[in-house]
Amino acid sequence: MITKRIIPCLDVRDGRVVKGVNFAGLGDVASPVELAEYYSANGADELVFYDITASAEGRALFTDILCETARRVFIPLTVGGGVNSLADFERVLGCGADKVSVNSGAIRNPALVGEAAKRYGDQCVVLSADVKRVDGVFRVFAKGGRENTGMEAVEWIRRCVGDGAGEIVLNSIDTDGVKGGFDLEMLAAVCDAVSVPVIASGGAGKIEDFITLFRSLPKVDAGLAASIFHFGEVSIRELKEAMAANGIPARL
Amino acid sequence: MVAIIDYGVGNLFSLQSSFAAIGQEAVVTADPERIRAADRILLPGVGAFRDAADKLRASGMDAVVLREAKRGKPLLGVCLGMQLLFDRSYEYGEHEGLGLIPGSVRPIADVIPEGLKIPHIGWNALTITRETPLLGRIQSGEHVYFVHSYYAADCADAVIATTEYGAELTAAVASGSVYGCQFHPEKSGATGLNILRAFCEDV
Repeated sequence: MITKRIIPCLDVRDGRVVKGVNFAGLGDVASPVELAEYYSANGADELVFYDITASAEGRALFTDILCETARRVFIPLTVGGGVNSLADFERVLGCGADKVSVNSGAIRNPALVGEAAKRYGDQCVVLSADVKRVDGVFRVFAKGGRENTGMEAVEWIRRCVGDGAGEIVLNSIDTDGVKGGFDLEMLAAVCDAVSVPVIASGGAGKIEDFITLFRSLPKVDAGLAASIFHFGEVSIRELKEAMAANGIPARL
Repeated sequence: MVAIIDYGVGNLFSLQSSFAAIGQEAVVTADPERIRAADRILLPGVGAFRDAADKLRASGMDAVVLREAKRGKPLLGVCLGMQLLFDRSYEYGEHEGLGLIPGSVRPIADVIPEGLKIPHIGWNALTITRETPLLGRIQSGEHVYFVHSYYAADCADAVIATTEYGAELTAAVASGSVYGCQFHPEKSGATGLNILRAFCEDV
């Protein structure tokens, strides 16, 4: 049976992992390569590297780090952040990324999803959407959640899937950082609208939040989180064991 | 030395890195001499069957791979590279493969219940159905990473492992020294590296 995936997300700026990290047994806790190796050895099913660099130097450094990670880590690697063109796809895929996540780049240039899917295959194109309720309607936000695009989220996601997005990362701005659980209502709305895998993001604070997620929404394929893994609040191994104990298929 | 066949399909960085990680030399090449000199051949592949089969022929790599495989050199096809080993594929029409293993490639949608997502993407468990050197270092129940919408059918004699996704799908095949895996060993963690190690040392 296919397992539910657990995915740590690493935000990288100027070659370092952003958000404090403290792990016993890890030499350099801010090294993306070392952290990726640590997660891979401890049960992560996939990794997301998010480039939040603004400068060209930072971008080159990010690409170097990506290559080094792909030389040492042998699980699927998704890369996002600053992906605005097919040249950006080419740059990160050449370094061993398996999937590329687009967010603001697709909002600015909606043709990007279709062009990338045609060239690299649907399985390679991940649509990442930052979504927030505004007057009771799910709206897509751009620029890291700072700017309301006015677009209705389910419609936007459905359109991108039609163009060839092979997977959706749905990040709820409403639950992000609150650690009170995933946004089940928003996730249900998206799962009902599309048939591609949906990755839940935003809101996980403890193991039980993942159990609730997969139990109440069997259509959700994966759970993504950052700081709770980085800070060691949730150990991926213990999370996987709890999933298995609750009858949720997990790779132990 | 492993020759990873370069015929313009997909990204071979991770495959090459995975061989390096197990201490095996691997070169990405389209040079018939280097492929002849190699101990083993890896046939990669992602994307659409027809496009890949066309590129394999246009590059002349089809004849090189066939000749070396028929001489008994161990060959491993990965993902679409495995599908290319078969007689034909029914992905958007009917297209001829290399014919190294009898069988055909058909849509998963034909055999799995409605409601399951396609592609079959993620980590799924292997059931080993026949003992072979390729899978000699792993056990049934270990998980590997799949991304595919088509599967190898009509090839019961060649199946060495299956995976369950609403139906039993072909996960790995063998016929003589020709091997194939539908999943990505280079993205399947320690289990995948053990399979590549077995290909290099036991096959």
